[in-house]
Amino acid sequence: MTMTVPDERGYFGRFGGRFVPETLMPALEELDAAYAQAKQDDRFREELQYYLAHYVGRPSPLYFARGLSEFLGGARVYLKREDLNHTGAHKINNTMGQVLLARRMGKRRIIAETGAGQHGVATATVAAMFGLECAIYMGEEDIRRQSLNVFRMRLLGAQVVPVTSGSKTLKDAMNEAMRDWVTNIATTYYLVGSVAGPHPYPVIVRDFQRVIGEEARRQIQEQAGRLPDYVIACVGGGSNAMGMFHPFLDDEEVVLIGVEAAGHGLDTPLHAATLSCGRPGVLHGSLSYLLQDDDGQVAPVHSISAGLDYPGVGPEHSHLMEAGRARYVAATDREALDAFKILCRTEGIIPALESAHALAEAVRLAPQLSRESIILVNLSGRGDKDVHTVAKEMGVSLDE
Amino acid sequence: MNKIEKRLREVLARGEKGLIAYITAGDPDLATTVELAVAMGEAGADVLELGVPFSDPVADGPAIQAASQRALAGGVTVRGIIRAVEQIRRRSDIPLVLMTYYNPVYQYGPGRFAADAARAGANGLIVPDLPPEESGPLLEAAGDNQIDLIPLVTPNTPARRLPVITGRARGFIYCVSVTGVTGERESIMTDLAAMTDGVRSVTPLPVAVGFGISRPAQAAAVARHCDAVVVGSALVNTVAQKAGTPGLIKAVCEQVRELKEALTAREVQGVAAL
Ligand SMILES: Cc1ncc(COP(=O)(O)O)c(C=O)c1O
Repeated sequence: MTMTVPDERGYFGRFGGRFVPETLMPALEELDAAYAQAKQDDRFREELQYYLAHYVGRPSPLYFARGLSEFLGGARVYLKREDLNHTGAHKINNTMGQVLLARRMGKRRIIAETGAGQHGVATATVAAMFGLECAIYMGEEDIRRQSLNVFRMRLLGAQVVPVTSGSKTLKDAMNEAMRDWVTNIATTYYLVGSVAGPHPYPVIVRDFQRVIGEEARRQIQEQAGRLPDYVIACVGGGSNAMGMFHPFLDDEEVVLIGVEAAGHGLDTPLHAATLSCGRPGVLHGSLSYLLQDDDGQVAPVHSISAGLDYPGVGPEHSHLMEAGRARYVAATDREALDAFKILCRTEGIIPALESAHALAEAVRLAPQLSRESIILVNLSGRGDKDVHTVAKEMGVSLDE
Repeated sequence: MNKIEKRLREVLARGEKGLIAYITAGDPDLATTVELAVAMGEAGADVLELGVPFSDPVADGPAIQAASQRALAGGVTVRGIIRAVEQIRRRSDIPLVLMTYYNPVYQYGPGRFAADAARAGANGLIVPDLPPEESGPLLEAAGDNQIDLIPLVTPNTPARRLPVITGRARGFIYCVSVTGVTGERESIMTDLAAMTDGVRSVTPLPVAVGFGISRPAQAAAVARHCDAVVVGSALVNTVAQKAGTPGLIKAVCEQVRELKEALTAREVQGVAAL
């Protein structure tokens, strides 16, 4: 298969492109040019490298989860510890890269959408560090269930703008961020948080998240002496998964598995399993798989994890699925919660509910495999932000 | 020359500027949309834009977002809207433009959408999230069915993009008055003369300006720089306020009449595509 995607129009196979209002076209061309230039610039690479090492805390560890592996009784499970990054998730790999790009482009105002609040926090963080104005769009529904992250963003000096339109979740936050960008195009940098959106965002975000897979590929060879048999990551928009998968694409013996949110179950309407249940459509500037009704109206989605509660998916994932290079499965709210609890007890690590979906697939898969097998799971974030949600699911009240 | 351009040229020949009036189909319901469309044509609208609602209208401000949500909550479908177009066409010869986002068209199938819309009596299409770089399939289908695909130009469109945008356009060129989303605005800061002059230098098609225009005086001021003015959110807001009351159609038509009057006045004559 061709790994040199996308083409110059931003197509990964038949997915991707640039389906945006005309106002955004010159801005996307400008971004494309600025990124192409930055990529070639040693000083840009060195600067990014410096902040990743000294501010984000990279490389993140690769950790052999002995307790979890013994509990599951089968394959050896390794965790890529993106939860140990500054701000607690993989999101900052991308926000650090893009904020440096925004500075190069002379933009003084940063906007972003956020679901779980992790991308919002990671954006607010880098904006604070570089003294840039920052507005974060967040659905009202997500503001309610991720109140801790809302307060973190405010502490960091960002304006959190509640989005009350549509389903009041991530997709609506992205609509509103795009409207802001259309309106303030001259001054504002839109810092997209996943491998979604119009070209060149899916490429930019992928490239900045690739560090996950590059490190993990090197680390697993050092620690286990070989490549893993399976690489597993959760898929919302798909950035942590793409960052993890991409450096393994040419290692054909490595099975790549993306885990989407099955919510209450794929046989109900309450899920967010875009690749498992959707069909191609256009949302937020790119052609990719999409959960929608017969008329092309975007479907309401559900996941216990706000970061996976998104009806679309990055175009390169649609391409990897149709090309047969990655496979996509789904884990329910319940399976994610079970995996969440297992990791807490067996490893002393509280994972993000998003990452718990990836763990759920490892929990299913590991017992079917031999001790010689290796599963690499991307632990995309830590679960502090989710303890309220989990407590509620367990019937525990944390409020006075 | 298709119906839309022909109509606009007739209007200009009379020494007036065109009024392109927008409402969202299915708000409050399709039966009302049909009545409104017919009455608005009689009240002086020269071209009617019918919004086909989409769940995620990123180019629209609060008024049209809310109208789209009301229409979708009421169960409106693309098929239903095409039937409504058929009913309007039986009673009115006003040029009809469907305005929607690409996904409903893509799901319906660009070829089938253009064919069914044309058969029902639609004359043009505006798809704000479909730049020329992506419009190949729909452009072809529209051409095959004698439907005009009307492109948008924005204040920040660089001169080098203008030939690409207008090269295969028909009907008219839609100049967006602001860098922003649809919605009523107090004032318009863009240098409209520069924008419309730029467009005229690359195409002989009529030039319309829209986004943010609500009051008759504002319409008249804008019209000095173009051939037609698009008014949307202001009419949609009236529909929202009067929905369910017997005065709905009268109120919208009164607004249309006032706008058209302002576009007929002496002061607006001047630059025109003629
Ligand atoms: C910890 C964590 N993992 C995963 C995701 C999902 O995003 P993506 O699929 O882009 O990695 C999020 C999003 O908020 C997140 O916070």
